[in-house]
Amino acid sequence: MALQITQACVNCWACAGVCPNGAIAREIPHFLVDDQKCTECLGDYAEAQCAAICPIECAIVDEAGDPLNPPGSLTGIPASPV
Amino acid sequence: MDLPVIGNTAPAAGGGCSSGGCGAAPDALAHLPDHIRAKVQDHPCYSEEAHHYFARMHVAVAPACNIQCNYCNRKYDCANESRPGVVSELLSPGQAIKKVLAVAAAIPQMTVLGIAGPGDPLANPARTFETFRQLSERAPDIKLCVSTNGLNLPRYADEIARHNIDHVTITINCIDPDVGAKIYPWIFWQNRRIRGVEAARILVEQQQKGLEMLTARGVLVKVNSVLIPGVNDRHLKEVSKRVKAKGAFLHNVMPLIAEAGHGTYYGLMRQPEPTTAQLRELQDDCAGDMAMMRHCRQCRADAVGLLGEDRGPEFTLDKIDRLALGDIDYETALIRRKEVRDAIHGELRQKREQQQTLRREAGGAPHAPAAADHGIPAGTRSVLMAVAGKNGLVAEHFGHAREFQIYEASPGGVRFIGHRKTDLYCGGSATCGGDDGRPEAALDKTVAALAGCEVVLCSKIGYEPWNKLETHGIWPNGEHALEPVEDAVLAVYRELHANGKLALPATERQAA
Repeated sequence: MALQITQACVNCWACAGVCPNGAIAREIPHFLVDDQKCTECLGDYAEAQCAAICPIECAIVDEAGDPLNPPGSLTGIPASPV
Repeated sequence: MDLPVIGNTAPAAGGGCSSGGCGAAPDALAHLPDHIRAKVQDHPCYSEEAHHYFARMHVAVAPACNIQCNYCNRKYDCANESRPGVVSELLSPGQAIKKVLAVAAAIPQMTVLGIAGPGDPLANPARTFETFRQLSERAPDIKLCVSTNGLNLPRYADEIARHNIDHVTITINCIDPDVGAKIYPWIFWQNRRIRGVEAARILVEQQQKGLEMLTARGVLVKVNSVLIPGVNDRHLKEVSKRVKAKGAFLHNVMPLIAEAGHGTYYGLMRQPEPTTAQLRELQDDCAGDMAMMRHCRQCRADAVGLLGEDRGPEFTLDKIDRLALGDIDYETALIRRKEVRDAIHGELRQKREQQQTLRREAGGAPHAPAAADHGIPAGTRSVLMAVAGKNGLVAEHFGHAREFQIYEASPGGVRFIGHRKTDLYCGGSATCGGDDGRPEAALDKTVAALAGCEVVLCSKIGYEPWNKLETHGIWPNGEHALEPVEDAVLAVYRELHANGKLALPATERQAA
C-alpha cells in the first residue's frame, strides 16, 4: 500500500521534507511517491505526513485514487464560490 | 535645490520609487536607540530614507509552508504580479548564492539579502540556513534577513542569532485565536494538521514566544500585519501595543490584497480590501505606539533592486546557471560596494546638513518643515496632496508617474502618508491606449486612485488630464517643478491658506 501524488501537485517540497521514509522524490513535472518505500506512515504517525502538510486539495490520493484532502477541505473554498 | 553629487560613485538613484519625499522620514526612527538606528540606516525596507538609495534582493529558496493563510494561494505563480508569496523561479541554495553574488557585483547599492518565501523560510530550514551560511562567508558585508509566519521561530531562534541574521520579520495578524481562526484555516504542527481556533492558538503562542526569544538575543524584529477589514481591523491596535511591549522595533500594517483572479479564499469569497483611508487611519492609530512603515511595497519573494523597481528579469535562472562562480570577481565587487555605500552615506549626511542650514536661515526649526512656523494657525484643516516625485523633487510628468506619493499638510507640518500606484496613463505612442484601447480608461483609474487628494503636484501635465482632475475637485499644480517635495507641499498649503481655501471644508471646495 502506498499513497500517490497527482498532477495537482505544485512542487512546493513540503511533503518531501516530512516523509519519514524518504519515499518522496522530485520528478518532472511533479513530485512522486516511491511505492516501495511508502508505508502511508502506519506505525510512525497517526496521519500520513505528506497529506497532513500538503496545501493542495486532491494532490495526494490513496491506492483507490481517492483524495486524502478532498475539494474544499484545506482552503474552505466551496466548489462554486459566492 | 539640486541633489549634491559626490564623485562618480554617486548612485544613479531612480527606479520605481524615486521619491526623496520620504525625506521627513529619518525622524520616524528617531526614537530608536543608536545601535539599532545604525543597524537599519542602510536597510531599504526599514529606513524610508535608505530605500531611495540602497537595494535589496530576495532569493526564492523556501518553497514549503507549514500554515495556510486565507490571503494566499499556493498554486499562484505569475511573473506579472508583484505581491508577497508570488515567485517564478525556485532556486537551490547553490543557485541562490550565485545569483546574489552576481547581483551584488552588478548593483553595488545592494545591502540586503532576504529570504521571504515563496513558502515559509523556517519550514525549509536546511535550504534557508545553507544559503545564509554560504553568503555570510562569501559576502560578509551583505545584511541578511528573513521573514516568517513565526510557527517554527522558537525552534530556530538560536540558529538565527548564530548566523548573524540581524533582521527578522514576523507576520502577526492577531493575538486573539478567535480572530486567527478567521485568517488561518490550518497549521502543520507536531506531525499533525490542526485546524480552527486550536491552530490559531498554537500559532499565536509560537509567534509571541519567537518574538521574545529574538529580542532577547539582540535580533531586530519587525512585525508585518495584513489589515483585513471586518476580521482584524479593530484588533490590530492591540497587536501593535503587544509587539512593541515585546521589543519589535517596527510595525508594518499592509493592506489585504484579495482579488478573485488570484484564487485565494478571501479573493473568491469577496472579502473586501481596505480602502486607502482605512489603511491610513489604522496606521495613524498604531503610529502613536511605535514607528510605522509607510513605504512598504509588498515585494515579491524574488524581488531584486530598489524598492518599487524589479530588476529580477535581468537575473533569470538560465542566466545564473550559465554563470561560473569564478566569473564573478567578488573581491572587487566588495570594494566597489564599500565605495558606493560610503558615497551614499556622505551624500545623505550632506543633504541633511544642507536642509538644516536652509531651514535655520529661513528662521524655522532645523528639522521637518512646520507649517505653524509659517503663520498657519493651529486647528486649520489638513490637506492631502499627491506628488509625482523623483529623487525627492517634484520632477515627474503627470502622465509618466507610475505611482504618486501622498503627503498630508497640516499646521503641524508636512507628513509622508504612503504611495498610490497607477496604471501608466501615458506610455508613449506604442503603449498608449490603456484598457480597452482607450487612454481615458487609464486616466479614470488614476483619478480614482487619487481620491481624497485635493492637489496633484507634478512637473508637467497635459490639457486633458488637467480638465479631468479639475472636474473631480483635484487641483493640478505644475508650478513647483524641480523643487524639493516637502517644500513644495508646504508652499501650496500656504497658498491655499492665503486664498482662504482652508476655511472651507474639503468637500465644499471640491464641489465648488
